[in-house]
Amino acid sequence: MNETSTPSAPPMASRLPQPGPLPHRLQLTDDGQLRHMLTIEGLNRELLTEILDTAESFANMNEKAVKKVPLLRGKTIVNLFFEASTRTRTTFELAAKRLSADVLNINIDTSSATKGESLLDTLRNLEAMHVDMFVVRHAESGAAHFIARHVAPGISVLNAGDGRHAHPTQALLDMFTIRRHKGDFTRLKVAIVGDILHSRVARSQIHALNILQTGEVRVIAPCSLLPADVDQLGVHVYNDLDAGLKDVDVIIMLRLQRERMEHAHLPSEHEYYQLFGLTSRRLQLAHPTCLVMHPGPANRGVEIESAVADGPHSVILEQVTYGISVRMAVMSMVMGAHQS
Amino acid sequence: MSVLIENVRVIDPADRFDAIGALCVQGSEILARGAIPDGFEPRRRIDGTGLWVFPGLVDLAARMREPGEEHKATIASETLAAARGGICSVVVPPDTDPPIDSPAEIELITGRARQACGVRVYVLGALTHQLQGQQLAEMAALLRAGARGVSNAQHPLASLLVLRRAMEYATTFGLTIVLSAQDASLTGSGCMHEGPVSTRLGLSGIPEAAETAALGAILALVEQTGARVHVARLSSRRGAEMIAKARAEGLPVSADVAAHQLFLTEVDVAEYDPHCHVIPPLRTQRDRDGLRAALARGEISAICSDHQPHEPDSKLGPFSGTQPGISALETLLPLTLRLVEDGLLGLHEALARVTAGPADILGLDQGRLAPGAPADFVLYDPHAIEEVRPDDWLSAGHNTPFFGWTFAGQVRATWIAGRPVWTRSSEDSA
Repeated sequence: MNETSTPSAPPMASRLPQPGPLPHRLQLTDDGQLRHMLTIEGLNRELLTEILDTAESFANMNEKAVKKVPLLRGKTIVNLFFEASTRTRTTFELAAKRLSADVLNINIDTSSATKGESLLDTLRNLEAMHVDMFVVRHAESGAAHFIARHVAPGISVLNAGDGRHAHPTQALLDMFTIRRHKGDFTRLKVAIVGDILHSRVARSQIHALNILQTGEVRVIAPCSLLPADVDQLGVHVYNDLDAGLKDVDVIIMLRLQRERMEHAHLPSEHEYYQLFGLTSRRLQLAHPTCLVMHPGPANRGVEIESAVADGPHSVILEQVTYGISVRMAVMSMVMGAHQS
Repeated sequence: MSVLIENVRVIDPADRFDAIGALCVQGSEILARGAIPDGFEPRRRIDGTGLWVFPGLVDLAARMREPGEEHKATIASETLAAARGGICSVVVPPDTDPPIDSPAEIELITGRARQACGVRVYVLGALTHQLQGQQLAEMAALLRAGARGVSNAQHPLASLLVLRRAMEYATTFGLTIVLSAQDASLTGSGCMHEGPVSTRLGLSGIPEAAETAALGAILALVEQTGARVHVARLSSRRGAEMIAKARAEGLPVSADVAAHQLFLTEVDVAEYDPHCHVIPPLRTQRDRDGLRAALARGEISAICSDHQPHEPDSKLGPFSGTQPGISALETLLPLTLRLVEDGLLGLHEALARVTAGPADILGLDQGRLAPGAPADFVLYDPHAIEEVRPDDWLSAGHNTPFFGWTFAGQVRATWIAGRPVWTRSSEDSA
């Protein structure tokens, strides 16, 4: 490893003179390379394009009989999941294996673990085993930032979802899917429909779409599922699905969690589906070549009709496939930043 | 002992006394200020040339963490930190462990305080049994044991009926009720102001209405019962406006603000800085400016530290999992005087908000230098410049966002009841 690229030890925030570290710089090296992948916010268009281009080369490879490259041979990647996940963890694992890395899956039930100290203790123990990368999912917003700030220099952190904050690789695979089908973003109208308030996926998608200079980004939801001042993220807000779907080129549906009814965000699934469910009839309001996307797992009959989820406009399964290529791209790029 | 401080600028914001001259101390009381009375023969003379002397600060909210959380701080450690910060009297909220809901806890705290450096430690008794919000605490017994008021700290009350009855019962004994205006259900699991920053960071927000809705209920019940209520730790412009309106209508209410609310906003949470995790939360710049304006107009009559020292582990984790609060005794005076530099307040007005203002709210004798007042004062060097550094810090809690800030002026010595309880060593002040 080259001495000059060794990042300085993460300073204790309390010792820094104000105004503190520059926002979003935690995940970049001094020369603008990805050191961690914590959030899409603050990345530039060139970097996102580079990630998508790199993913493109892996996607071609993933379609071949021999799907493995030795880029990360000898590296150890730990999937550290404090929150249950099947698809995300599996595609991260496959991505790591196709890059020839050794993979360790650790699932920690947060209901039995206490927060804070134990998170750091877990981290220190794994560091002692000389791992190279953590892929982290955690129920608390900012968990990936916290880990990145405290991890030993030389270890990369990939955010696989933190609370309501960010899910950057999901947003990137969505951008990859859109780009494969639509090419240029600047003329597109993209609508994100559903529970924006609780969605880390939506937040990361909104940042990514805006960085890629998408023509128009819309969010469509009842007011009780929209976060405060959501328009300041750079979106047009619609409360009416029919109006919001008019002429859009991409529809991204979000999953509705059952517990939203218990906390008085919504009266019932039935009323939600009537007002915000994507049906074949409503799909006709969109552009004829409109893509239908969903980060999964979809609740059929709650946010989306089966005929739409399985229909000709749907690219939901493609999203899963591309997830592997995009995660391979991000993993290889952050390890490159640490090695170059 | 009799002491004469000569050639010093004596500032007493309580009656706007301001002159270069003498401060004469006889025993534990102020004998005279300005001119030296005939026949006064001090045992000790101090040359105060170039220095200021003003009343010791009175802090309406400082957690000492004792009893129950001595791993965070102790009365011994925090009273010393207070003295270094020019604070001579602190008021401890009742949310210790166990809560201050019987004379036993008051005796324990005052006993520990007597063994500490000399800073006066006052307590607020619990408003409800174990702060559980349902059954009233034995307020008369708490008053007899020395409680200066009653409060449920940040613990919610079961209903507005409990609040009404608590107000009525406390009024029987003339007790001041200290209430935090936070609706528990609107606060929920929120950990910062609800707005564009909480949306961006994906953190659960606490809406402004959590404060204003609670304040609306409190003010309606003050009108109903005539209870004397002090609203602790305002965080919103609208909240401050509601207090101003109620005071203008003659309701017996007062309010304070934590010093950090006058300098920081939601934006300072930046990338999940746990040192800016406070409850009530840092709100918008508009709120900060509204709080400042209300302070300048005297509608908010006290600034407090809202001191909450923590051990490092409490701040080590993802933002919402960290414990809220700032270790703030040692920055109360510098931040308050920064308001003078910022042109918001005159020197007398600023000092009044941390001396006579808070003392009057709880009916304390401190916070003034008039003859006969307790000889609690600060000897202050206005020409020194000091950076807030962990190495100089005396509080056991190092959880502050203000390390690295530089302030003009510094405390030289803090005197309580006619005795110096903390003095800056000569090499420090060089």
